[in-house]
Amino acid sequence: MSCASARMMVRDPMKNSVRNVYLFPYVIWIGLFVVAPILLILYYSFFDIDGNWTLANYKTFFTPIYLKMAASSVWYAFLITFFSLLVAYPTAYWLTKTKHKQLWLLLMILPTWVNLLLKVYAFLGIFGTYGLANAILETIGIGTKQILFTDFSFVFVSVYIFIPFMILPIFNSLEELNPSLIDAARDLGASAWTTFRRVVFPLTLDGVKAGCQAVFIPSLSLFMITRLIAGNRVITLGTAIEQHFLVTQNWGMGSTIAVFLIIAMAIVVIATGNRK
Amino acid sequence: MEKEAIIRFERVTKEYDGLVVLDDVSFEIERGKFYTLLGPSGCGKTTILRLIAGFTEPTKGTIYFHGKPVNHVPANKRQVNTVFQDYALFPHLNVFENVAFGLRVKKKKRLEIEEKVKQALRFVNLEGYENRSIQEMSGGQRQRVAIARAIVNEPEVLLLDEPLSALDLKLRTEMQYELRELQRRLGITFIFVTHDQEEALAMSDQIFVLNKGKIQQSGTPKEIYDEPVNRFVADFIGESNILRGTMIEDYLVEFAGKRFTCVDKGFRPNEPVDVVIRPEDLEITTRDQGKLQVRVDSQLFRGVHYELCCYDEDGNEWLVHSTKKAEVGEEIGLYFDPEDIHVMRISEDDGEGSDEK
Ligand SMILES: Nc1ncnc2c1ncn2[C@@H]1O[C@H](COP(=O)(O)OP(=O)(O)OP(=O)(O)O)[C@@H](O)[C@H]1O
Ligand SMILES: [Mg+2]
Repeated sequence: MSCASARMMVRDPMKNSVRNVYLFPYVIWIGLFVVAPILLILYYSFFDIDGNWTLANYKTFFTPIYLKMAASSVWYAFLITFFSLLVAYPTAYWLTKTKHKQLWLLLMILPTWVNLLLKVYAFLGIFGTYGLANAILETIGIGTKQILFTDFSFVFVSVYIFIPFMILPIFNSLEELNPSLIDAARDLGASAWTTFRRVVFPLTLDGVKAGCQAVFIPSLSLFMITRLIAGNRVITLGTAIEQHFLVTQNWGMGSTIAVFLIIAMAIVVIATGNRK
Repeated sequence: MEKEAIIRFERVTKEYDGLVVLDDVSFEIERGKFYTLLGPSGCGKTTILRLIAGFTEPTKGTIYFHGKPVNHVPANKRQVNTVFQDYALFPHLNVFENVAFGLRVKKKKRLEIEEKVKQALRFVNLEGYENRSIQEMSGGQRQRVAIARAIVNEPEVLLLDEPLSALDLKLRTEMQYELRELQRRLGITFIFVTHDQEEALAMSDQIFVLNKGKIQQSGTPKEIYDEPVNRFVADFIGESNILRGTMIEDYLVEFAGKRFTCVDKGFRPNEPVDVVIRPEDLEITTRDQGKLQVRVDSQLFRGVHYELCCYDEDGNEWLVHSTKKAEVGEEIGLYFDPEDIHVMRISEDDGEGSDEK
């Protein structure tokens, strides 16, 4: 008995060190590709375009131009998240009720395996002046419209791209929901709507939060879609960062904006966090 | 007023994808009684409750509440509440809010809700647990929350789907008493589902024995136990000796190669029948004094009695519950009174589920 417990005591620290060895690649990865870049961004944000130490970048950020940009980033990210949720929730709900769940799920996830640029170019074709969308508008008698380079096309394409990331977590949480809870709510006199509001939605809130995170955060820093689909009409923080790094070469200002983006993301994660 | 039927099933059939689950079932539920639906797994007990609660509609036939057909009335419009097999408590709400759910949905006043919830929790001995989360409650406590959540709405009928099956034996027996007591105090109708025959016998005013979507027999526990109508019921309710026999004439039945007087009548002359004798009705005597002569094959001590397994000369097995001890291998006699013989018509779907004993 005492012999066994003695061996246990010897083995325990060893187990710990073994676990640490497994952790090693992950720690290196996080250090090199997450922590170091963030620190670098923070570092660069304190230099002006000529390499002098300054706080001016932060002052610049709080000028109306950048604040408006920040506001429009948040606004578009909100719109994209909102419409994704609006479409994804009923879709996920319908998915849980269908016969061939796995097949439908696969079909919905499939587009995420296609390169983002390819999908965006495809929409350039569809929404273009001679594209499919306008051809349809023409035949039903509405006539050709400017679809590309509008807020609508920007939000539409973004929703299209992000929606699988909203559907999946919501679908999972709906699948986990015990169906007899719905019977119970009905049994206690709740209408279909009340049952949804008081039981189904609260119990799938974790999935909704996870989905919102997965859509809102990347939406904040979109730049490819803004450039190609919205034709630079929509200027978000993502576009601004890209401009500063690649066009004006003002790495300091670009980094400063990135710092605020990171702060915004952190706030979103914390706000939608506290999951059990 | 005395015998008012709250619920009436009229020739109700329920099919799932063409599979008949309930087959032409008719019965009545009266006010203030404790009913039990008893039957093996898959016989349609839950289906009957779901039909009453309104979670599903009958394929054929009509369900009446107070004489009005309610086939298409949705669950939230019925004066019925359910205690679910898995309790189905809302995990995101605490005990108080779970119990208050029905009242909140009905937009009752805050003070009234508070008072009624407190009272319901007192009823099930859960005072002071209002702010606990469901995860912090034990199985027995959860079950009582589920009962409180149902009775707080003052339903006319409470449906309970095997609410005790998840509990250990001691708690189970305790809850049987509590439930029966609760039903008496509330004075509302309980429809209780179980596949445990002892539970059914102990608790009910009226039992419906179900098999394969049909009601085999309905009656008081005593009627069901003492006068099973067929082999299935006799076999399902308690241990029995069941064997084939012939009804020679009124009050005279032949089985195990002998003729015995009995108290049954109304059969065709020489009609083949099933004969039931309960193990506790068989009394051990000497070989000469017994009506049947058997050899003891094995003996088990069961606490209250000895359980003897004996065989007669024809090879029929006889189960005997006796307070007296016997010797294995010994030739003994079995004595019984004419009232202890129960003669039953042979049911149509016989030979299935219960083989010759
Ligand atoms: N939604 C459904 N779809 C298809 N078949 C069903 C459905 N619900 C029940 N059944 C079938 O109906 C039959 C009766 O089911 P029911 O749940 O009423 O049995 P039960 O008597 O409650 O059994 P248990 O004691 O195991 O709970 C079973 O054969 C079951 O497979
Ligand atoms: Mg059941």
